[in-house]
Amino acid sequence: MILDYVLLGFLIICAIGTTYAKRLLDTVIIFMAYSSVMAVIWALLESPDLAITEAAVGAGVTGILFFVTLKKVHALKGTRD
Amino acid sequence: MKNDAGKWEKFFKWINGETTLDSVILAKSRRKRFLKRKLRQQKAQIMANKLKRSKRKIENVICLIVAAIFIGILLYTASGLPICGRWENPANNEVTKRYIEKGVEETGAVNLVSGMILDYRAFDTFGESCVLFTAVICVAILLKRDKNNTDITEDTETAEDDAISNADGNLILKLSAKIVTPFILLYGIYVILNGHLSPGGGFSGGAIIGAGLILYTTAFGQESTRRFFTYETFKKISSGCLLVYCFSKGYSFFTGGNHLESMIPLGKPGNILSGGLILPLNICVGIIVACTMYGIYSFFTKGDI
Repeated sequence: MILDYVLLGFLIICAIGTTYAKRLLDTVIIFMAYSSVMAVIWALLESPDLAITEAAVGAGVTGILFFVTLKKVHALKGTRD
Repeated sequence: MKNDAGKWEKFFKWINGETTLDSVILAKSRRKRFLKRKLRQQKAQIMANKLKRSKRKIENVICLIVAAIFIGILLYTASGLPICGRWENPANNEVTKRYIEKGVEETGAVNLVSGMILDYRAFDTFGESCVLFTAVICVAILLKRDKNNTDITEDTETAEDDAISNADGNLILKLSAKIVTPFILLYGIYVILNGHLSPGGGFSGGAIIGAGLILYTTAFGQESTRRFFTYETFKKISSGCLLVYCFSKGYSFFTGGNHLESMIPLGKPGNILSGGLILPLNICVGIIVACTMYGIYSFFTKGDI
């Protein structure tokens, strides 16, 4: 029960942090954290199918695609671009 | 004082007859006119700024009103929804009952979700696979590098990137990828093959395999992935899987919608070889998803698989 509320609070903090982060890199990383918290919540809600998909797609592939897109449009500060 | 001196100088000059009074007065009036014009300009600018600011204010107010109306509509619609968790809700109809009671018997899949999406609703999943395939085709059309579509600056950039990644050994990434990648791929294959028995299925397993391939490529470069996965194999595998799915489920489109009876025996629920067409369809969906994930990533990074 306590874990549920902690995770839900973390979810809200991540959601707000995603919109208010200054750098796009931070935004993507916080978004990936949001997805992994969401995967744990899906597992607690007894839907492991969704949990696996969320962990693989939301926390893994989507973040990588965001990074690659940011690199492609030269929006990553602090790297070579 | 200096100004005064200048004035006196002008006065003496006028007395001496070097200049006329007219020119002094003229200069003074010209200066006055100039000052007046400047003042008028400043005033106009201030007015324009004020107008801009008030315009922005009006825009903000309009935005707020539109947002409030939208929120109101959404809240009104949400208030019309049935209360969560009631048994008489429209979601609890005979379809759900039928799926839960007879799902295992009719589809042969212990994992009811798999049985639903690949047997009762197989056509929906076919549409999803088509969407993924279309997405990767669009990315390929836009970003694929061929002879007509190469830029010198892009070429030099990729060459620099390759040089940087080669020079900087990436020891930690390479070692960890070497250890982790086989397990990721194995887990993905397990999830796909056990899609009808345990949580997971074609989509999640395919996404896991795609993530593993992406990790392998970032660690060891595209050349090492190209040993077993080139553009040709990508084309053949993904379109072949889509065709297999199409032919195994698409005939119901012509026979009138009933595709529950298949020639393959359902087998004993719980065995790995059970569930009729679900296992091959899971494999097809998994391969399409893995190809799509890896394809989009490599088209974005290097413009080629």
